[in-house]
Amino acid sequence: MRKKERRLIVAFHTTHDAMAFEDFCGARGAEGRLIPLPREISAGCGLAWSAPPGDADGLRALLREAGIVPQHVRALEI
Amino acid sequence: MIYLDNAATTMQKPPCVARAVAEALTSLGNASRGAHEGALNSNRLLYRTRGKLADFFGCPKSEQVIFTNNATEALNIALNGTIRAGDHVIMTALEHNSVLRPLYRLREERGAELSLVPADGRGCVDYAAFERLIRPNTRAIVCTHASNLTGNMLDIARIGGLAAARGLLLIVDASQTAGAVPIDMARSGISILCFTGHKSMMGPQGTGGLCINGDIEVEPLKVGGTGVQSFRTAQPREYPTRLEAGTLNGHGIAGLAAALDFIRSTGVEAIRAHELALARRFYEAVVGIPGVRVYGDFSTWDRSPIVALNIGELDSAWVCDELARGYGIATRAGAHCAPLMHRALGTEEQGAVRFSFGYFNTNDDADAAAEAVGAIAGGNE
Repeated sequence: MRKKERRLIVAFHTTHDAMAFEDFCGARGAEGRLIPLPREISAGCGLAWSAPPGDADGLRALLREAGIVPQHVRALEI
Repeated sequence: MIYLDNAATTMQKPPCVARAVAEALTSLGNASRGAHEGALNSNRLLYRTRGKLADFFGCPKSEQVIFTNNATEALNIALNGTIRAGDHVIMTALEHNSVLRPLYRLREERGAELSLVPADGRGCVDYAAFERLIRPNTRAIVCTHASNLTGNMLDIARIGGLAAARGLLLIVDASQTAGAVPIDMARSGISILCFTGHKSMMGPQGTGGLCINGDIEVEPLKVGGTGVQSFRTAQPREYPTRLEAGTLNGHGIAGLAAALDFIRSTGVEAIRAHELALARRFYEAVVGIPGVRVYGDFSTWDRSPIVALNIGELDSAWVCDELARGYGIATRAGAHCAPLMHRALGTEEQGAVRFSFGYFNTNDDADAAAEAVGAIAGGNE
């Protein structure tokens, strides 16, 4: 089984925002990927962005640049 | 077969459309249902296609491009979602039943008040009538961009200017024009644009949508699974999820996206010029044939590539069948789901034979159709 690791998780208000952020990060080569929304954030299904840990401010800046207001940005062991 | 029923659906599609659908059938999962690559690929397709459609139609927010199964569904969402009890709506005699029937039902069920902008014997409207019909409780003007019977186009920017000045919604049925006529929602003051994917967009049947311009609250027609906020009892309020309950037609939308790429690379103006040249060639060949009556306003070629006609007093259904059986030409007879337009033209009993041209038609198609009309008319003398 894969060992849990610390990640920065972004939850979005809409799936459209999630797809827009994936597109934005892809164009900039920003590391991360879409994952199922972890239950620690919400038990309601959906997508979240999983980014490497450490630079929460950089991640928030990236979100601002993309014009996306996240629902949450949280560090989690997943 | 010479296919001249493109106003019903474009039967000949760009080859890339079938390829895209075939590929999608074996590569797309269900968008917003999971985070594996199949589901994400479907999400990515929807996201990219929304963006292309928003750009194509001048819709400021791509998340307010909503996918539906056809224009009828889009119009039902737009009308049921915005017209409240006691609201007044202005419509025109050019409308298809996809506009008329939802409005008649709103009159029955919500007490909506309806006013009609009439059409004259050529299918033309008096634009001053729109302003005259506005009341204090008017909520929306609902109109087609082009008549599916005559091909006459309405000056949407002119109506949009009035709607904006008076604080009204302008809901446009672009079934006959999307993909074949440039549309800029923001510039024309269109509040909600409803389109189908399978006519002049040249995509698969089962595709279409509505584009919402600005902060308009459209209440959902259907509610259900969205793949998000699953423990909430109510439908999510965010667009596009608000109006997209249930699995979308991802396979069809893949075809629509390919068709849109084809249209953008070919150019709407080039498509329009070709289709209108064919319609004009046919019109000029048949308009002088004794016994042939052509319907619509041909004083301008700022119109849709449709020529509707009758031959003497012959039943339009008989002429249509004769064209199909005797000449291999596919047209559409009858009422075309446009009862008020037929009433204005005086063709309720006879119907009309509609010839509608598409991008893949040729001069030979137009000439063959004109010759067939001439032969049938000659035999009827």
